[in-house]
Amino acid sequence: MYRYDEYDQKLVRERAAQFRGQVERRLSGELTEDEFKPLRLQNGLYLQLHAYMLRIAVPYGTLSSTQLRKLAHIARTYDRGYGHFTTRQNIQFNWPKLEDIPNILDELADVEMHAIQTSGNCIRNITTDPFAGTARDELEDPRPYCELARQWSTFHPEFAFLPRKFKIAFTASGENDRAAMKFHDIGVKLVEKNGERGFEIWVGGGMGRTPVISKQIRDFLPREHLISYLEAVLRVYNRLGRRDNIYKARIKILVNETGPDRFREMVEAEWEDTRDSSLRLTDAEIERMRGFFTAPNYESLPDSDNLLAQLREGASALARWARNNVMLHKQAGYSAVTLSLKEPGTPPGDLSDAQMDTVAELADRYSFGELSVTHVQNLVFPHVKTSDLEALHGELAALGVATPNVGRLNDMICCPGLDFCNLANARSIPVAQEISERFENIDYQDDLGELALKISGCINACGHHHVGHIGILGIDKRGVEHYQLMLGGSAGDDASIGKILGRSFPADEIVGAVEKVLKKYVDLRESPEEPFLQTYRRVGDDPFRDTLYGDVLYADHSKT
Amino acid sequence: MQIIRKRSIVDDGWVHLADGDVVPADGDVLVSLDRWHAERENLLGRSGRLGVVLPNTIDPRELADDLPHLAVVAVHFPIYRDGRGFSIGRLLRERLRYKGEIRAVGNVLRDQLLFMERCGFDAYELQDGKNLENALEGFEDFSVTYQDAITPRSAPRAR
Repeated sequence: MYRYDEYDQKLVRERAAQFRGQVERRLSGELTEDEFKPLRLQNGLYLQLHAYMLRIAVPYGTLSSTQLRKLAHIARTYDRGYGHFTTRQNIQFNWPKLEDIPNILDELADVEMHAIQTSGNCIRNITTDPFAGTARDELEDPRPYCELARQWSTFHPEFAFLPRKFKIAFTASGENDRAAMKFHDIGVKLVEKNGERGFEIWVGGGMGRTPVISKQIRDFLPREHLISYLEAVLRVYNRLGRRDNIYKARIKILVNETGPDRFREMVEAEWEDTRDSSLRLTDAEIERMRGFFTAPNYESLPDSDNLLAQLREGASALARWARNNVMLHKQAGYSAVTLSLKEPGTPPGDLSDAQMDTVAELADRYSFGELSVTHVQNLVFPHVKTSDLEALHGELAALGVATPNVGRLNDMICCPGLDFCNLANARSIPVAQEISERFENIDYQDDLGELALKISGCINACGHHHVGHIGILGIDKRGVEHYQLMLGGSAGDDASIGKILGRSFPADEIVGAVEKVLKKYVDLRESPEEPFLQTYRRVGDDPFRDTLYGDVLYADHSKT
Repeated sequence: MQIIRKRSIVDDGWVHLADGDVVPADGDVLVSLDRWHAERENLLGRSGRLGVVLPNTIDPRELADDLPHLAVVAVHFPIYRDGRGFSIGRLLRERLRYKGEIRAVGNVLRDQLLFMERCGFDAYELQDGKNLENALEGFEDFSVTYQDAITPRSAPRAR
C-alpha cells in the first residue's frame, strides 16, 4: 500500500495544526459558526442530532492493521467504543467532542491518516474496487491511479469551494464494476486499447434526490492525461455548475442541462490548453506509484481452486461461508475473504473497538497486515492462504464477522437514519434489523440468491436505495414514518435505477411488503438460478405491483 | 484602507467607485465591469490607473483585449463558499498571461488566502472587522502542496 514520505507526513501534521487553530478561533468567538462550518466540513466534522460526527478518510478503502488498531484506540478513547464503516469506504465516529478533534487528528497523523475532504463541497475520498490487487478479472491494480488522483485533489487550491460535493470512483475489472462507478460525479474505468493502457471517462452520475446514470464522455484517455483531464472536468464544473439551488448543484444536473456532447466539448476545449502542461503524468511518476502497490510476499503455492471448491461443498457453516464470503484470487494458493459486518442485531457497518483490535491481529496473521473497506460496508482480507481458510473461519466466527451472507439479502447497505442524522425523515437501522432477524435463516437467503437490499432514511440516498435490487426509502408522511419500496435498481455495469410501484408503507408493514416481493420472485423465477434482478427485468412491474397492492387502486407515488 | 498585498499589510489608495459616482480626474479607481464597458474611452483618458471589478460569473477570456489597460483586476467573492473566483484567477494568469494585480474582494476569509494565492491572486481586501495581522498567518498554514497551480507544487513529482 502507499506509504507516506516526509512530504505527506508534513502535510497531515500541518493540517492537524491548522484545524487546531480553527477550533481555537471558533471557541474564542473569532469565527462565527457560519464561517466555521465549511472549515469543519472540509475536515469531515458534521454536527448531527446528538453530537459531532467525525468522518475519517480511508483512501480507496485500503487500510493497514496498524491503522485499524489506531481506529480502535480512537473509538475507545474518544468515542463510545465503536466505529461505523461507510459507503465511501471511510469510517466515522458518532460521538467525539469538538475539543478532542485536534488530538484525534494528531493521533491519525501518527499512522498516515487524516480526515481531509471527507465532507464539504470539495473532492471527496476516491473509491475503488475493494478487491483491487486480488481480483482475477482486473486489468491491473487501479490504486496507483487512485493515489495520484488523491494527491492531486488534496487541498487543490481551485476546487475547495465547488458548487457541491464531488465523488470520483475507479474500476479496472471490465464489466464487473464493484465500485458503482456509474453513480459517481466522475467514473474512471481502466481499459486497454491497442496494447496501451488508458481510461474511459464517465461523468454526471449520482444518487441523492435525482438519481442519474453517468454518461461516457471519453472512450479512451491515455493514462498520462488522467490528472489534466480530471482538472478540466472540475474547472468546467466549478465555473458553470449551479449555485442557486443546492438540490441542482451536482455535476449531473449540469451535464443534463448541457447534454453530454456539449459538456464534452467544453471539457475538451479546456483540456486542450493544459494537456501538455506539467499536469501530464510522467512514466516515472506512474511507475513510482505502482511500486507502492506491488504484491505482498506471497508463498509459492500450488493452485487452490480445487481446495476452495471442496471447502464449499455441503451445508456446514464453513461451507456456506466459503461459498458466500470467499472470492477467488489471482495469486495461486490464495483467496480474498469478506468479513461480514451484517450480523443480525448490529447496525450494518458497525465494529467495536475490541473487534477492531482482533481483526487487526487476524489481518497480521492471515493477510499480510492488509485490509480493505467495501462500499457495501464490509471488510476484506485480501490475501489469505486458501489452506488457512478453515482456521480463519473459526476465528472470524468467534468474533461475529463470519455470517455467511455476503451478496445475500441481509448484506444490506443502510444509512444511520433518524437515530443519528438530522437530515433523516425516518429511522433506517431498525428496519434493517427487523429484516435481518425476519430473514435470518441462511438457507432461505441462499435460496433467494444474489440480492442487494439498500435502505435510506431520507431522499439524500446515503443508503443507495435507488440502486438496490430492492430499495427502501424512509419518508415523513404527515409526521409518521413511512417507507417507499422500489425495485430493480443496480449499481453495477448494468446500472439501473429502482422504480417505485405504489404507495408507501408504515413502519409496521414495510418488512411484510419485502416478504411479499420475495415470495412473488420465488414464484416467478424460471429456475433457482435466475437471480431476483433478472426475474424482475424479465417479468416487469405488474406481478409485483399486484402482490403488493392487490385490487387497491394504485396510488400515484408522487402524491403519497 | 489597509489591504494585504504580496503577503504584507499595506495602505491602499485605490478608490472603489459605485456606478453613479463622479469619476475623479486623477487617482487610482476601481469600477464595475458594466461601467468599464459603457465608459471605456472616458476612463482611459484619465491620468490615474484603472481597475475593474469582475463578477465571478464571467468567463475572463472575454476580457482578453481589455487586460492591457487594467492595472488591477478585482474578482468579487459574493460569499466565501462560492469558489468560481478561484478558476477566474488561474485563467487570468495562465491562459491570458495577465501580469497586473489580481485582487480578491467581497467575502474573503483568512483560511482561503493561501488557496487564492496559489490561484494567482496577489492582493486581498478582507471584510471589515477582520484582523489583517492574524490573517497573514493563513499563508503559513501549509508548506507542502501536491499540485502545480500558479505556484508550483512543493512535493516533487517523482520523489
